[in-house]
Amino acid sequence: MTAAFTADAARALGGPEWLARRREVAVERLADVVWPTPSEEIWRYSRIDRLDLGRYRPFAAEELGAPGDERAPGGGPWAAEAGKHAGMIVVRDGRVVHHELDPALEAKGVRACGIATCEDDLVSTLIGRASSRSEDAFTVLHDAFLAGGAFVHVPAGVVVENPILVLHWCEGDGRASFPHTLVSLGEGAEATVLDRFGSPDTDHLVDAVTELLVEDNAHLRYLTVQEHGSRTWHLGFQRAHVGRDATLRTSAVALGGDYARLRSEALLTGQGAESDQLAVYFGDGEQMLDFRTLQDHDAPNTRSDLLFKGAVEDTARSVYSGLVHLRPPAKKANASQTNRNLVLTEGASAESIPNLEIEANDVRCSHASTVGPIDDEQLYYLESRGIPPEEAERLIVLGFFDDVFERLPVGALTRGLRRSVVDKLEHARARR
Amino acid sequence: MTASSNGADHVLRISDLHATVSRHEILRGVDLEVRTGEVHALMGPNGSGKSTLSHALMGSGEYEVTRGSVTIDGEELLGLPTWQRAHHGLFLAMQYPVEVPGVPLESVVGAALEARGAVPADLHERIAAEARAVGVPDALLRRGVNTEFSGGEKKRAETVQLAVLEPRFAVLDEIDSGLDVDALRDVARRVYALAKDRQVGVLAITHYARLLAELRPDRVHVFLAGRIVKSGGPELADELERTGYEGIAAELGIDELTVGRPAADADPFGDPTIGSNPFADPLA
Ligand SMILES: Nc1ncnc2c1ncn2[C@@H]1O[C@H](COP(=O)(O)OP(=O)(O)OP(=O)(O)O)[C@@H](O)[C@H]1O
Ligand SMILES: [Mg+2]
Repeated sequence: MTAAFTADAARALGGPEWLARRREVAVERLADVVWPTPSEEIWRYSRIDRLDLGRYRPFAAEELGAPGDERAPGGGPWAAEAGKHAGMIVVRDGRVVHHELDPALEAKGVRACGIATCEDDLVSTLIGRASSRSEDAFTVLHDAFLAGGAFVHVPAGVVVENPILVLHWCEGDGRASFPHTLVSLGEGAEATVLDRFGSPDTDHLVDAVTELLVEDNAHLRYLTVQEHGSRTWHLGFQRAHVGRDATLRTSAVALGGDYARLRSEALLTGQGAESDQLAVYFGDGEQMLDFRTLQDHDAPNTRSDLLFKGAVEDTARSVYSGLVHLRPPAKKANASQTNRNLVLTEGASAESIPNLEIEANDVRCSHASTVGPIDDEQLYYLESRGIPPEEAERLIVLGFFDDVFERLPVGALTRGLRRSVVDKLEHARARR
Repeated sequence: MTASSNGADHVLRISDLHATVSRHEILRGVDLEVRTGEVHALMGPNGSGKSTLSHALMGSGEYEVTRGSVTIDGEELLGLPTWQRAHHGLFLAMQYPVEVPGVPLESVVGAALEARGAVPADLHERIAAEARAVGVPDALLRRGVNTEFSGGEKKRAETVQLAVLEPRFAVLDEIDSGLDVDALRDVARRVYALAKDRQVGVLAITHYARLLAELRPDRVHVFLAGRIVKSGGPELADELERTGYEGIAAELGIDELTVGRPAADADPFGDPTIGSNPFADPLA
């Protein structure tokens, strides 16, 4: 199954010694990895049985270019769309090709650079803190072929006002790439990070890992936007550690890909830690968008909130499966989990499976989940004002997503993302 | 086609209208004519089919019209989709306005006017002014229309939309229900002004005399069991107040007041609301 993903191929990727050693350990684990099937709960309803790893091979070192060999001038239109930003890392096929940072922040110890090229020892000590214990086979594969990736670090007490951009572009038919985003906020630090993924219409496998380390009293806002081409596969694994009285607001917008999966986990490790997880997804054509979430409370007085909203059209499918886990130490924890889905055409479908596991006392916990078509009464109401049905539908769908769009960080992007939703709606309608 | 060109005299004509819900006949031959600038009141007991009439006019898919016609200036509306009926000048303020999360009132009215090809440059200001006239606070305008509005707030929001869209004919289905005393006065005055100054033709469905005192209807119609059984001037409302619907029914020799499908084990006349004084005004 892993024909092209050999130890030799991993070894040839080069980079710093610690990174090569890390790959070697993962390659060894890879030999024993059990590749998932939909019979495993965490892969239920997924398309994983359609994945033929033999169809892909990793990039060779000479294709990626030597670490530090920065070619691209900047982030192009994506950088412009994000508005004012404090720094930017451009990643092609998993390797950093450009990075920049406001010098005033650099002087304060902020880092926005490549994992393979960063001179700080910090990166080698932090990498894997959140992800290395993952049992996900694709995290092991990722670690075995990790050639670089983005590193964002904000030292204790430093506040970064404008967003830091991480822009990933994945290209190449029959190739696999392994983008990694490592964000670490020291005690009391504050930052906003945009992690944006795209690819052309190529048969490409993206095996991505994001680690968000939020120390005590720190505040991280994180937005990931996925706009892959229609043949790209995306397997995303994201895990956050949130310390005492720290807050994490993660959000995801998923629009592209053939099969695109995001496993998003928030571990509330310190007393009073808070996390908000938001998502907007819209699937059309034959797409499948797949989300697995975990709100993991392991300390008292922790609070988590989750709101995932999606729509599917044509014969697209979506899966939301989420777990709220209140472990024994999570006294007085408060957790809520909401997933709502609009199924816009008969051929489309959405699965929604919220789950609770409560092992702590004196907690508050709620969950809600809905799957259904656009409400006829709402359509009728708008039409009664003289709004044609197509426009009424557009308003209702945008209105449905509004409470998530409103709360996304990087406000400069919101208008364009709303536009993308409308475009998908209109394209799908043209095919009806 | 634009709704605001009310200068000339227009007529909404409903003839022999029959409609069914899940094959049960609710409307049983409604005849009514409303001209622009006129105010008509329609009164009838719960379950007699008043809201069904309003939805049949607007073209809700819930009801099937089996006979009759509805025209504006001779042009047939039946068979047209709901939104086109609105473009022909019809507006319905619903008894139960629908919550549309994330779509604020201004987006609704903006899209409604854009579809008619006429969005005024000062739309925002006009909405703000109309909202002030009936006491709709700004915060409400920012929310999805009707979303988590109180009953009275929904009726005020319907009035704002009515005033900005300025249709030729407005069917107001219990626009007064849920309104507090002050709001009832504000809403009624706004509707009255639209009828008299802007020549909107009004068909006001209501249970309460208080609204009629402000609206000063030209005609009052009594609606029993799916049709208009008696019409008259404002004095008919006074008669109703004395006799109740049962008095009118007895006078006309009608023995059925409502059209609800009788439950197997229940006498439809067992409904305690029927025959009671329709003017038991909860605000009085
Ligand atoms: N969608 C429906 N399905 C089944 N029955 C319906 C439906 N809509 C209306 N009905 C029935 O038709 C009858 C007339 O209802 P309608 O809402 O028109 O009454 P109304 O005169 O407006 O009453 P009210 O004064 O209480 O508002 C009632 O018995 C009602 O239960
Ligand atoms: Mg009614």
